[in-house]
Amino acid sequence: MSIILDPIALEDCLAGGLVIGMATAALLLLNGRVAGISGIFFRLLGRGWQGWQAGFILGLLAAGAGAALLGVKPPPALAATPPWLLALAGLLVGFGTKLGNGCTSGHGVCGMARLSPRSGAAVLCFMGIAMLTVFLVRHVL
Amino acid sequence: MRGALTGFLAGLLFGIGLLIAQMTDPARVLAFLDLAGAWNPALALVMGGGIAVALPAFAYAKRRRRTLLGEPIELPSATQIDTRLLGGAAIFGLGWGLAGIYPGPALVLAGRLAPGALLFVLMLALGSLLANRFTARAG
Repeated sequence: MSIILDPIALEDCLAGGLVIGMATAALLLLNGRVAGISGIFFRLLGRGWQGWQAGFILGLLAAGAGAALLGVKPPPALAATPPWLLALAGLLVGFGTKLGNGCTSGHGVCGMARLSPRSGAAVLCFMGIAMLTVFLVRHVL
Repeated sequence: MRGALTGFLAGLLFGIGLLIAQMTDPARVLAFLDLAGAWNPALALVMGGGIAVALPAFAYAKRRRRTLLGEPIELPSATQIDTRLLGGAAIFGLGWGLAGIYPGPALVLAGRLAPGALLFVLMLALGSLLANRFTARAG
């Protein structure tokens, strides 16, 4: 194992994390809601969704559209991933986050910030399995 | 209407945060998950930074019933750690590890109409509908 400590990457990640924290705080303190992205997205698939939920997802989409308009290149790794793998991964992520009531934002940021033991358990579980999966795919198979 | 506007701004800010941290790049996410390879711990700072800012906000919100705009504050009430939670988290972890993409970045990338992200988001929706049927049957 080697550890890469790229100062620029670390700064980007810390800055991005702080902005994500501000967005989470804004939704909580203005709308009174938890910024769990998978949960908010799934609500839009059924009936009875609310304006703030549609607004939040539109905001995420707008961030990506804005990046494209500003000339930010799409990540090459996305285009390099075979469609069947993206489809399988999407299906598993959708099934799992629906069943487990949350993803990296809902359990990982909001749940941890709420000091929820339930979210802590979920984070340890999905993080551990994700690391195990990458290990198996890259170093065993 | 005001709720939709603040929701939009929060979503936009969240998306900008993901873009700054480059969480939209599967290669970067997979580098964090790959402990046995060239491990890049930067992703821990994304979560850590987010938690650091959100923590005082939640501590404040827990003591209030209404937001600054007068909306009711609704926090998740579930506390049980059961097989449904851990099974769901494990399946999510498997999917995340396979492609390095999770829901937030997938939606940001879908916003720029990246074909792979549109496919991922479509399957994300399908996966949740399957989970609904699964839980309805399991009771």
